[in-house]
Amino acid sequence: MEESEQKIVTSLPQPEVLSQSQAEVPATGEAIFDVRNVSIWYSAFKAVTDVTMPIYENEITAFIGSSGSGKTTVLRAFNRMNDLVPGARVDGDMIYRGASLYGKDVSPIAVRRRIGMVFQKPNPFPKSIYDNVAYGPRINGERNKDKLNEIVERSLRGAALWDEVKNRLGTSGLSLSGGQAQRLCIARTIAVEPDVVLMDEPASALDPIATSAIEDLMRELKSRFTIIIVTHNMQQATRVSDRTAVFSVLVNEKSDTRTGVLVEFGRTQQIFEDPHDPRTKAYVTGRMG
Amino acid sequence: MATVSAGQQADLGEPAGWRRTKNRIATSLMWLSFVLVIIPLGFVLFTVIAKGASVISWQFLTSPIPPQVLPANVGGIGPAIVGTIEITALATVIAVPLGVLGAVYLNEYGGKNALARLIGFMSDVMTGVPSIVMGLFIFSIWVLHFGFSGLAGALALACLMLPVVIRSTDEMLKLVPDALREGSYALGATKSRVTLTVVLPAAIGGIVSGALLAVARAAGETAPLLFTILTVSTVNANVFSGANTSLPSQIFVNANSSFVGAQGRGWGAALTLIAIAFILMIAARFITARFARYTR
Repeated sequence: MEESEQKIVTSLPQPEVLSQSQAEVPATGEAIFDVRNVSIWYSAFKAVTDVTMPIYENEITAFIGSSGSGKTTVLRAFNRMNDLVPGARVDGDMIYRGASLYGKDVSPIAVRRRIGMVFQKPNPFPKSIYDNVAYGPRINGERNKDKLNEIVERSLRGAALWDEVKNRLGTSGLSLSGGQAQRLCIARTIAVEPDVVLMDEPASALDPIATSAIEDLMRELKSRFTIIIVTHNMQQATRVSDRTAVFSVLVNEKSDTRTGVLVEFGRTQQIFEDPHDPRTKAYVTGRMG
Repeated sequence: MATVSAGQQADLGEPAGWRRTKNRIATSLMWLSFVLVIIPLGFVLFTVIAKGASVISWQFLTSPIPPQVLPANVGGIGPAIVGTIEITALATVIAVPLGVLGAVYLNEYGGKNALARLIGFMSDVMTGVPSIVMGLFIFSIWVLHFGFSGLAGALALACLMLPVVIRSTDEMLKLVPDALREGSYALGATKSRVTLTVVLPAAIGGIVSGALLAVARAAGETAPLLFTILTVSTVNANVFSGANTSLPSQIFVNANSSFVGAQGRGWGAALTLIAIAFILMIAARFITARFARYTR
C-alpha cells in the first residue's frame, strides 16, 4: 500500500507562489516545512485543495477552521499518517528540510521517527506507564536499562507528569485521568526526540485545568521542537501559537462535495486583529465562514 | 427556598399498568430460560458424578486399561489420560500458532482484499465441517500412508481447532482500537512492530481464552480420533508413532460394552474428562486475568 502511494506523488515546483506567501509573512526562524500547492484526495474525493504555506522552526503554528475544512487531513499529511487510510493520496510538494516528504525513496517510518504526533483522544498503550514512554526508544533499538530509565524520566519531566507518576511507573497507562493520559502521550512522543510534534486537538477532550497544563507544556516544548497544532478553540490558538493557518470549506453545489481550503496564513496576532480574508474575519469574529 | 407542600409529593413508585406487566413478563421469561438451560446441564453433571465418582481413585487414574470383563474396581484409564494430554497438547501446538498467525493476516495485513476474504470465508465454512469428516480426511491423507499414531489424531483435532482459533482471534484483533495502531505508527514503528508490540499484547487475553476454549472442545472430541489413533490398553508415551488412546475414545468403547465393569470405568473416564475441561476453563480465566493486567 505504502509503495503505491509513493509513486503517485507528483512534484509541482512553483517558487513564485512560495515567495508571495513569504512576502506576506516575514520569516524570523528557518522554514522547516515548505508546503506548496498540496491537495489531498481520499480515492475520488478531494478533501483539501491548494494548501501553500511555510512552517517555521521552533514556533507553534495553529490550524484553525470549521469542521470539515481539512485541518486534520493536512496535519496528518505532515508525517504521512494518511498513508494508513486506503485510497488517500497527496498531490503537490511537501518539503521538509530540503527533502520531499513524498519523494520516491522516502520511508514513512523514517518520516514519523522525526515528525511525531499527539492525537485528539489520549491513546496510551495498554502497557505500564514506563513501557509507554520507553516504547519509542525501544523500537528504535535502545536496550540499555540505564539509558531507558533516563529517557523515561526526562520525557515524563518534559511532559510535566513525572511528579504525579514517579512512584507508580509500573501501573497501567490506562489508569491515568484524561489530562494525565494526554501528557503521557506527549511524553511518549518526545521520548524519541522528534524534530516536529504534530498535535491534533490535543486538549479537546480535557477540562480547562488540564487544557491549561497542556498549553503551558507546549510553550515550554517549543524551544526544543517545532509544533503544529490543530484546534477548534480560537482562544487556544491566540494563547499558544505564533502563526495561524485558517482553513475554510468550499462547497461545490453541483456535486454536493465539500473541500477544505487554506484561506489565510500569517502571524497569529495579524490573523485575529487584522484578518485580510473576509472568511477569516467571519470565522475569528464568530460569524462562521 | 422552594417549599413543597405535602400534597404534591413526587410519586417515585414503579409505574402501574401495562408497563409493569410487560416488565414482569420479561423478567419471568428470563428466569424460565435460565432454569431450562440449567436443567440438562445439571442433569448431565449429576448423572456423571453419581455413576463415575465411585470408581475414581489414584489407582484408577494411573493403571493400564484392563480387559472389559473385569469389574470396575480393577485397572483404570491411565493410558487414556496420557493419550488425551499428549494428543491435545500436540494439536494445540499445531493449531494455535497457525490460527493466530492466520487471524493476524486476515485482520492486519489482508484487509479487505480478495484473498483475505476468501480465507475468512473458507475458515467459517471449516467451522461447520462435521468432526468425523476431519477424522476421515486425516485417515485418507495420513493414516493410510504412515499408520495410526497420536500425531494423526492431533492433526485431525488441529483441523477442528484451527477455524475456531482463527475466528476468535480475529474477533479479538478487531476490538483493538485503531488509535493504538496509529499511536505506534506515529512513533516510527513498522507494521510488524505495531502488530507484535501493540496489537497482539492488547488482544492477548481474549486470544488466550479463545484458544483454551478450542482446546477444551478438542479434548472432548471422539469422532476425529476413531480412525486416527484406535485404542490401546497400555501407555504409549510416543505421540509420533504407534496406536494410542484417549479419554473420549475409551468412553466410546466402554459405553458400547455389555460388561458392567467396563461401563463403570466409562463413567469414571467421563467424569475425568469433565474435570480436565473444567480445569482448562479455570486456567483460561486465570491466564486471561494475568495477561489483561494492563488493559484496564
